[in-house]
Amino acid sequence: MDVQKIRKDFPILAREVNGKPLVYFDNAATSQTPVQVIDTIVDYYKNYNANIHRGVHSLSQEATDAYEAARKKIQKHFNAAQLHEIIFTSGTTHSINVVSNGYAQLLKQGDELIVSALEHHSNIVPWQMLCEKTGAKLKVIPMNQEGVLLMDEYEKLLSDKTRLVFVDHVSNALGTVNPIETIIDKAHAVGAEVLIDGAQASPHIQADVQALDVDYYVTSAHKLCGPTGIGMLYGKESALNRLPPYQGGGEMIAEVTFEKTTYADLPHKFEAGTPNIAGGIAFGAALDYINNIGMDQIAAYEAELLNYATKALQKIPHLKVYGTAPQKTAVISFNVEGIHPYDIGSILDKLGIAVRTGHHCAQPIMDYYQIPGTVRASFSFYNTFEEIDSMVEALKKAIQMLQ
Amino acid sequence: METIQEVQEEIVEEFSMFEDWMQRYEYMIELGKSLPLIDAQYKTDDYIIKGCQSKVWVHADLEDDKLIFTADSDAIITKGIIAILIRAFSHQHPDAILEAGTEFIDKIGLKEHLSPTRANGLVSMIKQLKMYAIAFKTQLN
Repeated sequence: MDVQKIRKDFPILAREVNGKPLVYFDNAATSQTPVQVIDTIVDYYKNYNANIHRGVHSLSQEATDAYEAARKKIQKHFNAAQLHEIIFTSGTTHSINVVSNGYAQLLKQGDELIVSALEHHSNIVPWQMLCEKTGAKLKVIPMNQEGVLLMDEYEKLLSDKTRLVFVDHVSNALGTVNPIETIIDKAHAVGAEVLIDGAQASPHIQADVQALDVDYYVTSAHKLCGPTGIGMLYGKESALNRLPPYQGGGEMIAEVTFEKTTYADLPHKFEAGTPNIAGGIAFGAALDYINNIGMDQIAAYEAELLNYATKALQKIPHLKVYGTAPQKTAVISFNVEGIHPYDIGSILDKLGIAVRTGHHCAQPIMDYYQIPGTVRASFSFYNTFEEIDSMVEALKKAIQMLQ
Repeated sequence: METIQEVQEEIVEEFSMFEDWMQRYEYMIELGKSLPLIDAQYKTDDYIIKGCQSKVWVHADLEDDKLIFTADSDAIITKGIIAILIRAFSHQHPDAILEAGTEFIDKIGLKEHLSPTRANGLVSMIKQLKMYAIAFKTQLN
């Protein structure tokens, strides 16, 4: 893997911020976009922009073909059994809402849902709303100091009342890789379905939805070099057929009379209205780009980056790393004793280094550690060891100023 | 006693002396350390300014007909920001506080050099100081 060559694909990496070369370590929030993906979007709007699935004319046919080809790429990447099990959505949050809204009609009083303590707010709030609506109960799998879920506790929460378990594949705040295989198996053993939020995992781990036997798997394209505003809901055919549709509108219907509307077949049942066509096509291009480099190569290189950064950061006095699970993606959440994470983030920004600071939309985790937030550096395959050195130098400078 | 206008001009002048934003940050951190601290009894949720990502508490007292502000924050740069605002608005009559503009913030370039979350926080802080002025103004009348 030639990192210098890869970096040339990302125009944004050449820019300066506050007069310093940009060091982009906020990849867990959104990844940068290679020129191959940008060109795909430009090409669509320049040459074959048209509405899909409806027109009889050539442009519409070309756009439809490209959009459906992207769906095929997504199916292949995640190894879904059927093409129509891949639903395009606006992103992970939308995908989760499709499932939770459908579930609103499937749940009854006394049913139980299980969520993990590591969840992003987008995987907590829809279910809280759902529980308020249906009278179902929300239970939480606790975690330990390392940021690892307590599987014994999980087993105790499972029962014949459990309808759905939803866990993120990788925690966005801490980078913990959750044991989703076990989580799925145990849930299935009591007859519950499982939804896995793959937003943080997708750039680092290739999920095989058939091998996992997962019921729903969701992600966003912008986490893996694609554009924002497009994502995926994978659902097993049987699960999606049971799930009531989310939105009414064009494309999702088979037949409409004033008495009754028959819903379209999958995937259109969940794809009402004109979708983000360019985004969908670019999602496919992003997968091509990543697969061209190779997920294994990416994972191996990112593990080296994580290891290098962890060692360098741990040499800084009074620095504490949050989330020390044995299985982690390239994310480091940390604080320096006596210094607010926002202050560190502000100074780092002035030195050209983009990190995330705050609660990372995972307040329950911050409450667990009793901290207002952390500084989070998250790495991607286009980052370098030299950039980590720059961050460590900048961090030392920030600490000196702020102490 | 200086007017708000005069204090604001002083602040603008001080900030114009620095060459880059690292120096301005260093200065803000210094200012943060000199912030007139809020009495511990007011460091409660009732006195927290909403809309700030770091915690900020502000309290106001009336001395004769002037408002005296005290504050604190868990983040030092935020303390610097609130210190600048307090220096501009404290020890002034509520009417003067309500009439005062905030152009000096733009002049020192504070807003565009803050992250969007901090810039929102800054707006909330100014609003809160003005709210205190409204509250005490009614008390004076």
